[in-house]
Order: sequence, then C-alpha cells, then structure tokens
Amino acid sequence: MASVKKEKTQSIAREKLVEMFEKMLLIRYFEEASIKAYQQKKIAGFLHTYIGQEAVGVGTLTHKLPQDSVVTTYRCHGLYLALGGSPREGMAELFGKVTGCARGKGGSMHFFSKDHNFLGGHGIVGGQFGIGIGAAFKSNYDEDNAVSFIFFGDGALPQGTFHECMNLAALWDLPAIFICEDNQYGMGTANSRAIANTEIASKAEAYGIKGYTINGMDLQEVHDTMKKVVHETRTTRRPALVHMKTYRYFGHSVSDAGLYRTKEEVEQYKQRDPILAETQYLTENGWMTEEEIKTLQKKVRAVVQDAVDFSDESPEPPVEELTRHVFRDEEIA
Amino acid sequence: MAVMEMREALNLALKEEMTRDEKVFILGEEVAEYNGAYKVTKGLLDHFGPKRVIDTPISESGFAGLAVGAAMRGLRPVVEFMSFNFSLVAMDQIISNASKMLYMSGGMYNIPIVFRGPNGAGPRVSSQHSHNMESVYAHFPGIHVMSPSCPADAKGMLKAAIRCNDPVVFLENELNYSMKDEVPEGDNIVPIGKGDIKRAGKDVTIIAWSRMMGLAKQAAEELNKNGVDAELLDPRSLKPLDMPLIAESVKKTGRVVVVEEGHFFSGLGAQIADSIYTNLFDYLDAPIVRVAQSENPMPYAANLEAATLPSVAKILQAVDQVSYRN
Ligand SMILES: Cc1ncc(C[n+]2csc(CCOP(=O)(O)OP(=O)(O)O)c2C)c(N)n1
Ligand SMILES: [Mg+2]
Repeated sequence: MASVKKEKTQSIAREKLVEMFEKMLLIRYFEEASIKAYQQKKIAGFLHTYIGQEAVGVGTLTHKLPQDSVVTTYRCHGLYLALGGSPREGMAELFGKVTGCARGKGGSMHFFSKDHNFLGGHGIVGGQFGIGIGAAFKSNYDEDNAVSFIFFGDGALPQGTFHECMNLAALWDLPAIFICEDNQYGMGTANSRAIANTEIASKAEAYGIKGYTINGMDLQEVHDTMKKVVHETRTTRRPALVHMKTYRYFGHSVSDAGLYRTKEEVEQYKQRDPILAETQYLTENGWMTEEEIKTLQKKVRAVVQDAVDFSDESPEPPVEELTRHVFRDEEIA
Repeated sequence: MAVMEMREALNLALKEEMTRDEKVFILGEEVAEYNGAYKVTKGLLDHFGPKRVIDTPISESGFAGLAVGAAMRGLRPVVEFMSFNFSLVAMDQIISNASKMLYMSGGMYNIPIVFRGPNGAGPRVSSQHSHNMESVYAHFPGIHVMSPSCPADAKGMLKAAIRCNDPVVFLENELNYSMKDEVPEGDNIVPIGKGDIKRAGKDVTIIAWSRMMGLAKQAAEELNKNGVDAELLDPRSLKPLDMPLIAESVKKTGRVVVVEEGHFFSGLGAQIADSIYTNLFDYLDAPIVRVAQSENPMPYAANLEAATLPSVAKILQAVDQVSYRN
C-alpha cells in the first residue's frame, strides 16, 4: 500500500494520534469479539458492527467536552467506546447481563452512558434527531456552552425527522452537529436508490447552515475538519451538517449475506482501512516501532478478552429487574 | 375558593409550576404569541418570556423529540399538542422514545415530560379531528395517562403531572375548557393514580372521565327522579387506575356502567371491565355494560355525529340494562 500519509502536516500531536489509534483498535477488536460471541450464541437479536467506520467516531468525538451530548443509531458500540465507555459494561450489555451498561435491558442497539452524556443508541431510523436537538436546546437554556453530536446513517436522510430537526436547529440556533455516517447503504439499498440528491452536504444550504464533506476513512482528515466544525458550532451556536463518507465491511447486521454489493467493492475499501493507514503513518514517521504497535495491539486484545470473560462470568438480570425502571417514581405505578 | 374556567385552572397550574421550578418550560404551536389555540397558555409569554414559552413550527415529531432530549439532560418540558389528533405524528417520540427510555437505559435516563392538549371529539370537526387517544397511550408501559373532568381536578392533576419524573399524557377536552367551577387555592395536588367519587350512590356505579363525566352527571339526575341512586366514579388517572376506589364502589353497588368517548373495540372501558371481572367478579349482580363510540370514523353531519357519540340517553339505557329493567 502506498504511503499516502507522508505529506500530512502532522497537525496532530503524537500522543493524540496514538490515543485515537488505540481507540480504533479497541472498537475493531471489540466488534470482532462480538461477532464471534454471536456465532457462539452468547449474543442474540440484532448486532450491527462499526467495523470500517472507526475513524468517523474516534476522529469526531475526540473533540467532545464533558458537557457535550452524543446520540446515535443502533450502530452504537463504536461511539460508546470512543467516548470512553467501559468495554466490560458494553460487552456485558451484548451478553444480556445485569452488569451491562443498560443492565441487560437495552441490548446491542441501546447503549447508554450518563457519565459521557451518551444519550443512547436508538433503534428507530431517524428517531434520535429530536433527542440530539433537545440536548442542544438544553445547552442554550442552561448556557453551558455545550454542543450536541447527532450521528445517523445515510438511510435516515429521507426521514421526516431529519428535515424537521434540521429546520428547528437552524431556526433556533441550536448547537447541534448533524453527522451523517454515509456507509453508502441502508441495509441492502444503495443510497443512490434512496436519496434524491446524494451530495448530502448540500442539504445544509436548504436550512441556511454550513455543510461539510469528509473522507471518513481518513482519521486525520476527520480529526482536523471536525475540530473546526465543533469549534465553529460551539462559538457561533449555529448547527452544521457533516457528510462522512465511510464504509462498513460487514453486513448490515450479522444476518446479512451482502448480496447487494461485490466482494471487489468491499476489498477496495479495506485497502483504505483507517487502522491500516494509521499503522503505516505511525511507523513511517517513526512515532511507533512495529514492535510497539504489536505490544499495543496485544494490550487492547487483552482488554477485549477481559470484557468477554467479565461478561461470561456476569449474572443475568435477576427477575426483579423485569418491572424495575418502568417508572422513576416507582411508588405511583 | 375562586371560581374559574377549566382553561384558567390549567393556566394557573402551569404558572405556579413554572414559578416553582425554573426547569419547567412549555413549547408547542401557538402557545406563546397567540396565547394558545384554546387560550390555556394565555399570558405565560408575557410572564415568563420567550425562553420558557416557546412557539414551535408545525413539527410535532421534531418538537416532541426535542422535549425528550431536553428531558434527558435535566429539563422538564410541557409539550402542548394543539390537539391530540396531531400527536399521532409524534407518536414514535412519545412511545418509542419517551415511554421506553428509562427502561432500555437500565434506569439511567428518566423522562419528566407532560404531553398535554385537547383530546376527543370537538364539535362537528369530522373524521381526522376527533380521535380519542387514551386507550392507545394507556396500552404502553412507561407513560401515565390522566384526564380531568372539572377545573379543580384539572389544576391539581396538571401540577402532579408536571412534578412527576416520568412521562405523562394529559388529556384535556375542548368542550370542557369553558366549564366553570370552584378551584381551591394553593398547592392542591391530585396525585397520579387517585380517582374520585363525584356523586355518592348505592344502586349503580357509573365510571366516566373527562367530558363523559358531564353526561354521567346529567344521567344521574334523571335516574334520581326515578328513584335510582347512581354513584359517579371518575378515575381521573386512566393509567394507573385507582382499583381500590373502584373496588369499594363495586362492592357497594354490584352494578357497573363504563362510559367512554372513544371507540368500543379495545377501548379503555374494556380494560376497566376486565379489571373488575378479574378482581371483583363475586360482587357483581350483572354483567358490566359499556357505553362507547360506535365503530365508524366521526361523520360531519349533525345527526350522524350524535349517533356516533355516547349520550345521556345511551347511559340511561345502559343503566336500565345493568339493572335488568328493560
Ligand atoms: C423507522 C424505521 N424503519 C425501518 C427500520 C429497519 N432498519 C433498520 S436499520 C435500516 C437501514 C438504515 O440504514 P442507515 O441509516 O444507512 O444506517 P446503517 O445501518 O447503514 O448504519 C433499516 C431499514 C427501522 N429500524 N426504523
Ligand atoms: Mg448506511
């Protein structure tokens, strides 16, 4: 593979890049482990992995401040880990254990973390836009200078809620960043068959806000451009729309045979894999030796293995959990 | 005690709660500058300013969703739907998001929101503007459903709803907004889950809420002339139901008529009847009789609209039936 990264300006300090690289590895290994556990029937239901899209979440959320909020789709494990969510609690959630981040009640599609204002993975396509602008609204209400990151798939673009919430955010100066993770398919439907104008960033114009297009396979580009976008939204309180061009290597969920795309297409994207690219960048710039990379990989694999072991050993939710958390005010129900 | 219209009682509840808690704000179509489509929010913009009394565009799904996100981050939104017919557009936000959030987050995020507005048939507004939504929202765990029948209850119940830490669907009624009655001063909270006996009686229990309580009262007067002493029970909270109160009444009268404005099939009355059959079967002297809306979309024509809805005559007929007098 060509050393495409050489001419980069090195706008990212070594520590920062290594930190992001490690996060991408964590997501990749975590998702690989989840697929394996699914095959072993330790995980059931839907399982949508983030493999291939790691640079988007990691390069974006590295700019998140503690008061900021994040909301996304059911493809939520990667962002949860990028934010610093516990791999143990994430894996245990997939295993349906009470030690999971949602006590085993949410499952793969519904990761949450209050510590990170991670307002959830959501299963209804387009259902999370309102939540995201609501968090932005709160920020203006309390004047806490936060922004709200709203992640969504290309498949959500034709939903009414996207347009309603873009309009509301622009109308009311809500500091929301709409981040379209365009992996080019909504299940088996190529976005050219679903979206009237696939120049997604151009939709921003309709609402009088700025639109950006980013190569989501390039961690450094995501990092650099999002730094600017986040700063701009934080200071101007104007929402923004970001089109992240990315790709998922695996099926929509684990049950997807992938007959709607060619093996060649998938291979082509794997050539541009962000983990591969950054491995090369780190070594070619002398920021990490191959040995150091191997050590890091080993360390991260151990973290994931620990998460799996923890989840294996964790108990299922006790049956009293069944009717807990239907209401906060439990005495009323 | 002050005498006021139902809309004024609701307005007062909003005003008092917004004064008490800065996190409470109201948003919806025409709630601010227009003072509310039915004037429930009259004067609130002047009093609290545009930060807390917010006119929205016509985007029910968008602003209901915004309220969910704001609630997750610690605010306490009151969402006004111009009518509950339009809540259908926002239903995914109410059900898939608001009602499930606490549970699917393993107890992490509760959603203190009140979704309020007029429910049920307005006069002569035909098929798309006459929905009764109580049985729909009551079906899903995770939301409370309340519906007041008089100004005093309206105020006390809305205050309870706003203080609740979970989502509440609060169903008002356009035809009741101008109903005038006494409202006690101060923090007169009507807790969620507490019903009320609106008229004590010994011969038959008529269970009714919202506008139907008005019809039930007229029916009770008629019955009284014929020596039938009806007890009128307003559950006020449709979910959870005040089963202890219902039990007390059923044990006394042994006969029950359930009146609801919504459709007969899968109506809330079916659930109430089932709860009574399951828990109080031995106390019943006759099968429960239900009065409900007929199984057709609301027609415009005056005679057909009247035929569709419950009426005093239909309630009297039901009482006759449950008393084996026909
Ligand atoms: C409202 C709604 N309709 C349909 C579905 C079923 N569904 C789940 S994911 C999906 C595709 C969405 O694709 P996209 O938004 O591009 O996200 P991706 O899976 O590619 O990350 C569909 C149709 C759903 N969950 N919600
Ligand atoms: Mg997609």
